[in-house]
Amino acid sequence: MNIIIVGGGKVGISIAERLSYEDHNITLIDTDTDVLTEAQETLDVLTIEGNGAAIDTLRRADAGKGDVLIAMTDADEKNLLCCLSAKKLGCRHTMARVRDPQYSRHIQFLRDDLGLAMAVNPEHMAANEIYRIIQLPSFLKRDSFDKGRVELVEMKIAEGSPLDGKKLYEASGILGLRVLICAVERDDTVTIPNGSFTLRAGDRITVTAARIDLAVLVKSLGLMRQKIRGVLIIGCGRIAEYLTDELLRSGVSVKVIEKDRARAEEFQLRFPRALVINGNASQRGFLESEGVDNFDAVITLTGVDEENLIISMYCSHMGIKKTVTKIDRNEYLRLFSDRDVGSVVCPKELTANEIIRYIRAISNSGEDSIRALHRLVDGKAEALEFLVTDATPHIDIPLSRLRFKQNVLIACITRSNQVIIPNGNDTLHPGDTVIVVTTADRTVGDLRDIFERDAVRN
Amino acid sequence: MNYKIVSNYLGRILLLESATMLPSLIMAIFADGLTSAVAFAVSIAVAAGAGLLLIFCFKPKNRNIFSREGCVIVALSWVAISLFGALPMTLSGAIPSFIDAVFETVSGFTTTGATILTDIESLPMSVLYWRSFTHWLGGMGVLIFLLALGPDGRGNGMSFQIMRAESPTPTAGKLAPKLHLTARILYSIYLGLTVLQIIILICGGMPVFDAVTASFSTAGTGGFSIKNDSFASYSPFCQTTLAVFMLLFGVNFNIYFLILIGEFRRVFKNSELRAYLAIVGVSVAAVTVNVLKFFDSAKVAFHHAFFQVVSIITTTGGTTLDYEPWPEFSHVVLLILMVVGACAGSTGGGVKVTRLVIMWKAFRNEIKKLLHPHAVPTIEMDGEVVERSTLARCGVFFFVYMILVSLSTLLLSIEGCDLETNLSAVLACINNVGPGFGLVGPAMAYTCYSPVGKLLLAFDMLLGRLGIFPVLLLFVPSTWNGRK
Repeated sequence: MNIIIVGGGKVGISIAERLSYEDHNITLIDTDTDVLTEAQETLDVLTIEGNGAAIDTLRRADAGKGDVLIAMTDADEKNLLCCLSAKKLGCRHTMARVRDPQYSRHIQFLRDDLGLAMAVNPEHMAANEIYRIIQLPSFLKRDSFDKGRVELVEMKIAEGSPLDGKKLYEASGILGLRVLICAVERDDTVTIPNGSFTLRAGDRITVTAARIDLAVLVKSLGLMRQKIRGVLIIGCGRIAEYLTDELLRSGVSVKVIEKDRARAEEFQLRFPRALVINGNASQRGFLESEGVDNFDAVITLTGVDEENLIISMYCSHMGIKKTVTKIDRNEYLRLFSDRDVGSVVCPKELTANEIIRYIRAISNSGEDSIRALHRLVDGKAEALEFLVTDATPHIDIPLSRLRFKQNVLIACITRSNQVIIPNGNDTLHPGDTVIVVTTADRTVGDLRDIFERDAVRN
Repeated sequence: MNYKIVSNYLGRILLLESATMLPSLIMAIFADGLTSAVAFAVSIAVAAGAGLLLIFCFKPKNRNIFSREGCVIVALSWVAISLFGALPMTLSGAIPSFIDAVFETVSGFTTTGATILTDIESLPMSVLYWRSFTHWLGGMGVLIFLLALGPDGRGNGMSFQIMRAESPTPTAGKLAPKLHLTARILYSIYLGLTVLQIIILICGGMPVFDAVTASFSTAGTGGFSIKNDSFASYSPFCQTTLAVFMLLFGVNFNIYFLILIGEFRRVFKNSELRAYLAIVGVSVAAVTVNVLKFFDSAKVAFHHAFFQVVSIITTTGGTTLDYEPWPEFSHVVLLILMVVGACAGSTGGGVKVTRLVIMWKAFRNEIKKLLHPHAVPTIEMDGEVVERSTLARCGVFFFVYMILVSLSTLLLSIEGCDLETNLSAVLACINNVGPGFGLVGPAMAYTCYSPVGKLLLAFDMLLGRLGIFPVLLLFVPSTWNGRK
């Protein structure tokens, strides 16, 4: 497909890279020549210098023949103007990043007039993700599928865990419930394991389970079960705003530390029930004086990645059980995998995932084909949610008789509110929702993509 | 420096070269004798063997190509294809001396068209074909052909460095989002025009073999002919066809792309195209008037003036007559046109009209600044601002170009030929034209130089074809030493 990306910032470049890898034709528009030169030298994209909201630039980029336009500049208004113009020129789908909460309501109001296919708000998505992690603090990462009925949770196998040294097929027995371990990361490589795979302490595993079974899983693994009642947030940007709102509403007490006095005052006025402190969290002794050890969780949301990482590491050193770190540049994240930075949330990645999910869906004709896409274990694997329809091949054939492509796993099937962790006897049935896990080098856009050519074994 | 990716590309280039020798092999089997057939068979085997060795002995761990790797891949590939391309010429006995054969092949791939052969017609057909085909392949670029075959890894845009190093233009850009599609568009236009030319020539009564080789030679703006008298023996219609197509191949290929997508306004407004056509028009008029007395009618004078001017400015170098007896004025016009060269992004060589237009605008800015010291001079071309860095690179290019021309002329003068011969030989080689004046004039060959002199001129051809810098990079120690 012909995809035009306006704005070569962090998200713009990251989307361009992933979509170009998925073999789409990418045109990147930006006003900064240096950004374009850099993009030209590393990515297989066409670059055009100019203001992407200007009709001339869009014409030069041939936006009229474009399939998708993604507006990712700094300014919400510019993004919207860009989409509006592109739509008028004849671009099929347009997407915009809209950050200002005031506009979010606006978008719903104007959606049809603007012709927007999708508006993404990275900060809002990040806040939601953090909130969901906080709800079940024992897991490093949580991805929900099928309206929250199914969860993929990521965790590390601790020394002395009941799973240490056990084979996968023994796992369900040990845990006392049906779960599926669908991805294992060990020494930087990700495996989609089979039943005879042996787990070791230090492995980062992704587990599929029904939402209602998660509590049992936590219990049988002997993980932290305490509910989070007090949260310390460091840095109050937009994510903090969305998050505080959500946390206060669910009755969690929130303390916020902010460097900038004016911003702190503004925040306090907006959330009278939160306690806002003006100070520098990375200063030695400051966190102790604010009683950091009284909190169940610390969430670092400052604008500087390094600061967030250091504060999180310091907090887990101080004995805080749960830390969530916001990172904008996740390229160097794997250097930190051994240190305990806890859960990591990357707004850039969340935005890119959402856009890529949409693009894979439309490039496979039916807009409903992919219903969710999440990246697991630092982007090395993907989990995708599909709806099984009458057009899906090989329905009602037991899975054990089907040949799947390498590194493809059916992690879960839900059928009329019932969550099935599948084994060889289960089948796909129209109306089911399936969750497929695969390594990220394989681009799956449709359920057809997971089967070998002669899939049915006799 | 990523040596393994360099060797991988070199290997693939050699495989490609051996594949392009296959038509010659077939021709040798059916038309020539056993010697030529064996020569091509051995050359194909050697090139393919070396290529496979380079590919399979060094498997690249990553496919990172930075500016350094891009330049080295291009420069070494051109050296390699020239050395291996010279094999069949020597082995078949057509050109017994290997140095002479290398000179001839470099001259072919760089689309120079300078030859050391005095009796071309005695060569086997397969060698004649191969000699002309090197023009066609070198005209658009061997590595661009390789890039057109397929993408180098999914979403990896780093082979752009190769395209940039192989296109001797101040600014290289893409036509389509994907690099391999850009390369395919360029080669499709190139192939389309070539086929069209072959058809017109055949309709004009030229024998098929002549039409094909002449088209290869003019499409690449090379200049090799299969006749001793260059293009003189063809009919006026065929000569005019050749001249018109030379003129077309000297135009930036982006112009054809704009025509294909229907952007005619941008074509007419293109300042390089306008300057190019203006230079051709003025030169043809000046030369026609100057040589009027040599011909029976003004029409014939115009015909030959047009052919020669177009052939020299596009750096083709094929001729319809020996222009040695022409007056000094016409000689100087042709000498200046050699330096001017064709448009950027065409198959022609020389300094390129774009650079001259940019430098002319810079010159006017300097004058303006002297008159209005606080003026804010900017340079704009076809609606886009010319970056200061581009301007600086153009200036440095001119400086290095002058140095290289002076140095080469100085070294050649040790051999004892006169200044006109030496200077025109260097200019004809570094600008990829072919024939010069004096002892290297259109009726002569480059036989007056020693093997060392020939290698020096071959080196100049490579410098000119690849835009000087990628080749010079090979001689900078820090290219090879990652720590410096």
